[in-house]
Amino acid sequence: MKRGKGMKFVGDSRIPDREHRMKNIPKDYSEYPGKTEAFFPNYLLKEWLVGAVFLIGFLCLTIAHPAPLEQEADPNATGYIPVPDWFFLFLYQLLKYEAAAGAFTVLGTVVIPGLAFGALMLAPWLDKGPERRLSKRPIATGMMLLGFISVAYLTWEAADQHEWGGAASIDDDVREIDTTHPGYDIYVEESCIACHGDNMEGTAMGPDLYDLAYDEEGVAQIVVEGIGEMPAVIDADQTEEIETISEYVVSGGGTNEGAGGAEGDEDAEDTDDDEEDEDADE
Amino acid sequence: MLQRIYDWIDDRIDITPIWRDIADHEVPEHVNPGHHFSAFVYCFGGLTFFTVVIQILSGMFLTMYYVPDIVNAHASVEYLQSEVAFGMIVRGMHHWGASVVIVMMFLHTLRVFFTGSYKKPREINWVVGVLIFFVILGLGFTGYLLPWDMKAYFATQVGLEIAISVPVIGDLLGELLAGGEIIGAQTLTRFFAIHVFFLPGALLGLIAVHFIMIRRQGISGPL
Repeated sequence: MKRGKGMKFVGDSRIPDREHRMKNIPKDYSEYPGKTEAFFPNYLLKEWLVGAVFLIGFLCLTIAHPAPLEQEADPNATGYIPVPDWFFLFLYQLLKYEAAAGAFTVLGTVVIPGLAFGALMLAPWLDKGPERRLSKRPIATGMMLLGFISVAYLTWEAADQHEWGGAASIDDDVREIDTTHPGYDIYVEESCIACHGDNMEGTAMGPDLYDLAYDEEGVAQIVVEGIGEMPAVIDADQTEEIETISEYVVSGGGTNEGAGGAEGDEDAEDTDDDEEDEDADE
Repeated sequence: MLQRIYDWIDDRIDITPIWRDIADHEVPEHVNPGHHFSAFVYCFGGLTFFTVVIQILSGMFLTMYYVPDIVNAHASVEYLQSEVAFGMIVRGMHHWGASVVIVMMFLHTLRVFFTGSYKKPREINWVVGVLIFFVILGLGFTGYLLPWDMKAYFATQVGLEIAISVPVIGDLLGELLAGGEIIGAQTLTRFFAIHVFFLPGALLGLIAVHFIMIRRQGISGPL
């Protein structure tokens, strides 16, 4: 606050008298070099216009792609493959390499990121020269490009190697299955329920069983022989049990529309196609 | 009328110097996309700030419904997402805004680096900017756990393992963040506190310093 000679204060305050106070008049920018513009209000209004356009684009994004929400956290779901948000993928990927894992974990978690971010923070002292043009400071430019390319590459690799379908198969589609059906007892006894969920909604270990692409014979075969990671669950000579559970599973626990019959099969194929499309997209 | 209100306030607290400091500064030709379209690269800092404001506002509305405990967290997010009017949009803004902030901040960092704007006398402002970068990454990390879904839980587990692997202070750091040895009720409340109080406080302070320094030093000149 200015406290020059001859300054009068109003009462006992430090606020100067009106005639000694700064006038609320904008600077005259006509003497500034080039096409300099005043920030307020000229430039700020243009910024608001750009901001409004940006906001509309951003809102379109949020409407087109609602924020995902997976099922509630279950610490016992050991089969779940964790994946961090995209901006941490580079670090996540770095830790997958042998040279930065196991005994060398410290290298991957502390040393390499520490050096990279440390160098970023100390950039003004690592690159002290007065030159500002890119071509005049090749080392700084080269290091930054190297860092940028490494991060981009690691992120790309992490995204490429992750099985996105695995996470997507756990969705919100949960239907109430028919627990009075004799098939339900077999579903519980043979521990199908452990992997395919209380309502056949699927878990991290097994897919959901709604609208399956298999008919009763197909399910019977899987139950006896297993498929993929799923083990065989029922002995081949227990034909009655196999028949019951197959019928029960093909009907989606009684939740599929038009369970059984030609229509049901058609639905099942549609679902299968959709899944394949999704895979292709990824 | 407005003039009289302004004068009344000015008589008492002498706001003209402050107001002139905020409002009255030049926008040089080389940063004005209206004159040189390539100058749009100078917009990324402002867009970062704009998105941070969106994050703060949408976050304030989210806390009206969100419950930070492990029994209700997921259900409250689900309710907010599916039942509350515009809840889906507000949560979507906060979710996607997190990514947009990081993209914009990254582009801003590259712009400042490649125009050599961090050089003398702007070294301190660069360091403050890098600190803002860290705080924003911290916000991204802690915000991820809050919906308490599968992704949140297991990604946080990985994050905490990274923290624990730091030599010497790793175990302490892990316990400080997780509030115990497992990811559970304590972890969720800690991450909530860090995400909603500690880091935003630090962020606002750093942004204030960042902006005051820009006003002091002005924007770097043309190349």
